[in-house]
Amino acid sequence: MEPIQIAEKIKEQFPEEVLDVREFRGQVSVTLRKGRIREICRYLHDDPELYFDYLVDLCGVDYLGKKDNRFEVVYHLFSIKHRHALRIKAEVPEEDARIDSVVPVWIGVNWHERECYDMFGIVFNGHPDPRRVLLPEDWEGYPLRKDYPVKGPEEEWKGFEEVLERSRKFRPFDWQG
Amino acid sequence: MEDIEKPFETKELTISMGPQHPATHGVLKLQLQLNGENVVKCTPYVGYLHRGIEKLGENRTYFAALPLTDRLDYISSMNNNIGYVNAVERLFGIDAPPRAKFIRTILAEMGRLSSHIIWLGTHVLDIGATTPFLLAMAAREEILDLFEMICGARLTVSYPRVGGIRNDITQEFLDKAYEFAMGFDSRMDDYETLVTENRIWKERTVDIGIISAEEAVNWGLTGGTLRGSGVDYDVRKYAPYDAYDKVEFDIPVGKKGDCYDRYLVRVGEMRQANRILKQCIENLPEGPVMADAPKFTLPPKDMVLKDMEHLIHQFILITKGPTVPEGEIYIGSEVPKGELGFYFVSDGTGKPYRMRVRSPSFIHASALTRLCEGGLIADVIANIGTIDIVLGECDR
Repeated sequence: MEPIQIAEKIKEQFPEEVLDVREFRGQVSVTLRKGRIREICRYLHDDPELYFDYLVDLCGVDYLGKKDNRFEVVYHLFSIKHRHALRIKAEVPEEDARIDSVVPVWIGVNWHERECYDMFGIVFNGHPDPRRVLLPEDWEGYPLRKDYPVKGPEEEWKGFEEVLERSRKFRPFDWQG
Repeated sequence: MEDIEKPFETKELTISMGPQHPATHGVLKLQLQLNGENVVKCTPYVGYLHRGIEKLGENRTYFAALPLTDRLDYISSMNNNIGYVNAVERLFGIDAPPRAKFIRTILAEMGRLSSHIIWLGTHVLDIGATTPFLLAMAAREEILDLFEMICGARLTVSYPRVGGIRNDITQEFLDKAYEFAMGFDSRMDDYETLVTENRIWKERTVDIGIISAEEAVNWGLTGGTLRGSGVDYDVRKYAPYDAYDKVEFDIPVGKKGDCYDRYLVRVGEMRQANRILKQCIENLPEGPVMADAPKFTLPPKDMVLKDMEHLIHQFILITKGPTVPEGEIYIGSEVPKGELGFYFVSDGTGKPYRMRVRSPSFIHASALTRLCEGGLIADVIANIGTIDIVLGECDR
């Protein structure tokens, strides 16, 4: 199916949910409300004509000051059987930065969602393992947000002193003496 | 005697494998919960090599972010560069000339060979065979020498450019590359003689880490790891880029989806890569190597040094970046590890508003949970080797 037809099909099925359909360089993106995202994903995965069995990627985008809803969660879908691709996006406002997890649909999305939480602070409802993935557990802030500086403050990460302390403790031999 | 008759006290043991462990291929930590020798639970921890490449990419122009991609999968940086420039070219709406596309394909396949050689060497080394590792490294050395010949760098090459390649390759390089390609099949025979039918190798890999086709797709596995389960998904065939639609090659697929099948798939891929390499060198067209799109590509260096207009042009492109149409694009490319995708959101300036790297190793590392649980602790090593991860790409 052509991606634009798929977008039409989603529109027919979920007329309330589709906010926008755009095409750029042959790739179609469908913007959705976040409320029924899991239901829509389940439909996209199960419908025999669409059959998006492979979730290529999930990531967040921060549109600070550019859009009304600050965040977008972007899903790249691909159907290996039908060889068609689609991008769906769910708008997530800053004050309610939560969205349903789609781990029940595609299990491989687990770490992508964890990374999205790690980098943007978007909480995924019903995620089986909602921890940070790339950064330490006690990290403060969400690095890929646009208001997070590229270069951090001069002070070191708080846990670093603790790690140094521990390494000193485990170094009982004084090689010099 | 009394001591022996006492019943043993048994309990589940939690151990950390890594981050400093020679068989984890980098700084990967696996927390294993063991019941005797059986793995009850396996939790991978990544992030030790996180450098924030996505954040850095958002604060650089499209040209300046290219060297960052070298540091993703540092074993096959050429493939990352090519994936990156392809995505950026599609975003800009320009097309590289045919000669550049063929040269990129040659280099991508050489990068694939060098990565698969490392994989083969280390994977069998982990399981206990030393000889193939030494042989494989000798072959990789030749590929790195060829890379050095064209761009001076062996690992972090940064050779392709948006709109083509940096400079044309020489006949000397082509001769040497062809010579290498002609001799490579017999090298493959050497490796396979040592490994493929080896009894110990088969005992360690057959029926280990089985994952069905449906499950592998659901997990989002790509590359040789997916094809071992019998799914012929390959970006080079499904969405051809560069010169892949002009060459003939097959996609080897496995049947069962165990470690041995994945091994066979990758070995087959190496032979196919060599086949592509030969075809590209034989059919290399003549012509320019940079696209004629002055608004989006850097001017040639010799012109910059001679001509004022070109100098101004270069200055503006380097400092401000090109004016890019607004929009968003995702382009995947087949790197040795799987599908490496770049997702750009452009807001019309010279820097990407959002640069996202979809790295295959990240997903493969997450699937270790699935592959290792229920197996033996010795098979964890085989599973890490078989999914072929590089932590630089996983952590970005």
